[in-house]
Amino acid sequence: MSDVETRRRTAEQIRTLLETEGESVQKNTSHFNRQQYEVTENFDQYEEARTRARAIKEDAIEHLPELIEQVEDAVTANGGSVYIAEDAADAREHVADLVGDATVVKSKSMTTEEIELNERLSQNGADVWETDLGEFVLQVADETPSHIVGPSLHKSRDEIAQLFNTRFDPEEPLQTAEELTDFAREYLGERICEADIGITGANFIAADSGTLALVTNEGNARKSAVTPDTHVAVAGVEKLVPSVGDLEPFFELISKAATGQDIPQYLTLLTPPVGTPTLDFETNDTLESSNDRAFHLVLIDNGRLSMRDDPELKETLYCIRCGACSNSCANFQHVGGHAFGGETYSGGIATGWEAGVEGLDTAAEFNDLCTGCSRCVNNCPVKIDIPWINTAVRDRINQAGDDQFDWLVEGLTPDEEGSIDARKRLFGNFEMLAKIGSATAPVSNWLMNARPTKALLERTLGVDRRRSLPSFERETLRDWFDARGGSDIADPRREAVLYPDVYTNYVHTDRGKAAVRTLESLGVVVHIPAVSESGRAPLSQGLISTARARATSVADTLDSHLDQGRDVVVIEPSDFAMFQRDYERLLPAKEHERLREQSYEMLEYVYGLLANGADKDVLSRGEHIAYHSHCQQRTLGLETYTEAVFEDLGYEVVTSDVECCGMAGSFGYKQEYYDLSVDIGDDLRSEFTDVDGPIVASGTSCLEQLESLMSPRVQHPIEIIAPDNY
Amino acid sequence: MTSDRIEDFERSAHAHETSTVRTVADEFEQALSAAVVPPAVGASFPLDGISVSMDITTEPSPEQIREAQTGVTPAGLGIAEYGTIAIQSRTAGDEPISLYPERHVAVLCASDIVPRMSDAVEWLETEIDAGHDSVVFATGPSATGDMGALVRGVHGPKEVHIIVVTDR
Repeated sequence: MSDVETRRRTAEQIRTLLETEGESVQKNTSHFNRQQYEVTENFDQYEEARTRARAIKEDAIEHLPELIEQVEDAVTANGGSVYIAEDAADAREHVADLVGDATVVKSKSMTTEEIELNERLSQNGADVWETDLGEFVLQVADETPSHIVGPSLHKSRDEIAQLFNTRFDPEEPLQTAEELTDFAREYLGERICEADIGITGANFIAADSGTLALVTNEGNARKSAVTPDTHVAVAGVEKLVPSVGDLEPFFELISKAATGQDIPQYLTLLTPPVGTPTLDFETNDTLESSNDRAFHLVLIDNGRLSMRDDPELKETLYCIRCGACSNSCANFQHVGGHAFGGETYSGGIATGWEAGVEGLDTAAEFNDLCTGCSRCVNNCPVKIDIPWINTAVRDRINQAGDDQFDWLVEGLTPDEEGSIDARKRLFGNFEMLAKIGSATAPVSNWLMNARPTKALLERTLGVDRRRSLPSFERETLRDWFDARGGSDIADPRREAVLYPDVYTNYVHTDRGKAAVRTLESLGVVVHIPAVSESGRAPLSQGLISTARARATSVADTLDSHLDQGRDVVVIEPSDFAMFQRDYERLLPAKEHERLREQSYEMLEYVYGLLANGADKDVLSRGEHIAYHSHCQQRTLGLETYTEAVFEDLGYEVVTSDVECCGMAGSFGYKQEYYDLSVDIGDDLRSEFTDVDGPIVASGTSCLEQLESLMSPRVQHPIEIIAPDNY
Repeated sequence: MTSDRIEDFERSAHAHETSTVRTVADEFEQALSAAVVPPAVGASFPLDGISVSMDITTEPSPEQIREAQTGVTPAGLGIAEYGTIAIQSRTAGDEPISLYPERHVAVLCASDIVPRMSDAVEWLETEIDAGHDSVVFATGPSATGDMGALVRGVHGPKEVHIIVVTDR
């Protein structure tokens, strides 16, 4: 299939999902996400619990082979059996042998979805029933899960009612959530009582005692596991932890992260065969002795042990399948896991899982939907750097790809060796485009936004023609700064390097000038060195080597400034996030640490200057302002500084609370994602429709998105507060 | 045992849609009969000096468990922070008795209330060492949001009521 055709199909699929599933997915995931923020905010030990959880997982994965041996011994000593399955087929066959043609009740398990167990069991004539209500809905509808925790959350109550009424034809049509639940409870209750075998997954397994931990709200896991006399548990090997004592932080975190509940309704710890008597509804004798219980643990490798040896995918194994990354993701909130997911797993962490258990091809199908906005980072209970996994996998996809438009974009180093997608090169090398565009402005701007050029860009590189392209300034910020003779003020209190990111230097030079004026008026001598693009552009295209080369160049250029004790002030939040977060992966630790400690986001720096005695009266005042922070800035907890500065200057601030504007760098330019980007942007637009005063946005892409959706002039906060009469 | 801890437990339980009542061993039977909706099934009570003369079927058949309105079980532990109770897997059938009937009445000794989850996990470790290795930490009635709105009473009980015996 040609690139054009692939893009068209992707766009079509996204449009369909926006129309059919978008509303339910958004309602449910946003609800979980809001609750998650609230419950973690009120949980004093949140960070401490995350640190412990992370450490336990790191240690467990490190010692995984020993833990596997240990759990085999423990379960066997308890009277159960253990089978280590190499891959999905091996696991399927083993469970099929255990089950035969029995009647089976299952509780929710993504791992059994991964190995496509139900289909295999049905081939043997087994009767298999999903007892989790969400899974049951999907079983009836013959659909796949769209979310790790809420498999059917893409379906509305009306759709479920219609589905049940058609399939089961009840005497009175089912309508309310209560009626639907009662019906399912009754129906599945009968299946549970009849069943020969209960199959469950396991959220955690304690290796030393063979204890399984199952987390549910419905109570179906316990009922499925203990009502029949045979219990089969299927789990990935990464679910092992050394002992029950290690589970405490996970007990505290899992529901908070997953659904925003402070604790799940049921935290079930089973050390099978359990002491609970079996319930034989056929003979209806009094409760029977538990001696005839059987238990089989099936542990699945299916790529996991290789992931353990893979430096980038290893972190994925720390995942506890809470879905918090999905809930906090603007793209996921709008299309759900049927677009943002692979064969089994969905959401931010799915790239790691699918790359590990299915392969690069499956991961490549949806990897682009992670825009690297980083909103999932603080929400992950085990602190997995999910955007980094997505970037690393994107890099591998790049290396594996080939492209016919190589000649179009030159100048990437060293990723240009190989055959990287031309569009990735275009966005990844925005700095070169900006240099040419600026040198040839305004002709370049007329040309870039001319209809024939846009049509060509769309056809060859998939840049959506509905988007306005950046308008380059003929005089760059650095040229302007040099021409005015740099910075010279009396009695400076500090010296700072203003980082001239590509947009500030070539496109939005006004914000750069406003920044210089503001800093000088607050007593800061400014330097604007000739420094490379931060590496953000290539990194977001998965061009890691190029990003590393850029990072090294930036660090080298800033080195002497840092030596002289100068602060580095950054206007563009995504570049600031590079210095703070991403450079950890790209630079030697010492260099990264130094830059991280000595660099500041623009308004954070202004806030600091004011807090340390600078005179706020030189800055411009106003009454109302609508403020959209940038996703990466919010992850770093920086939006409060901008709000505080505005409030100090007498503004009443309305801050948006959408996760992301939907533009997220180059994402919104891409033809296949245009509709999704606009759909997400619409949430931001509706938050600002009725506000008084100017709209400001910290990030360039947010600004472009807002301008294209609302057509007001949107500025960076620094342009609003900069002194008028300097 | 401070009454603060009982209060914390009660507050958390109420926040999780669980009703509670305090009683002493001498008045336990009254509290129990007020809490039970017949027909009721129950697991045996390992409480000193407490006898139950009211009509609760112990050692029930599976069908009696299914048809019961109320299931009565002891709770091995209470967690004040969350209003959680621990239901142990015993041969008396605590697990199905607490799960199948619409109403679960749990009997908790005040001295078994611990402040936090970390205390409960410590307790769990000693229980496992003692061979009691299966337990459920239950908080409030069973619930689901899968049908488009929050509904209580899914596979497990719709109502949970806890009798806290303050002198035990």
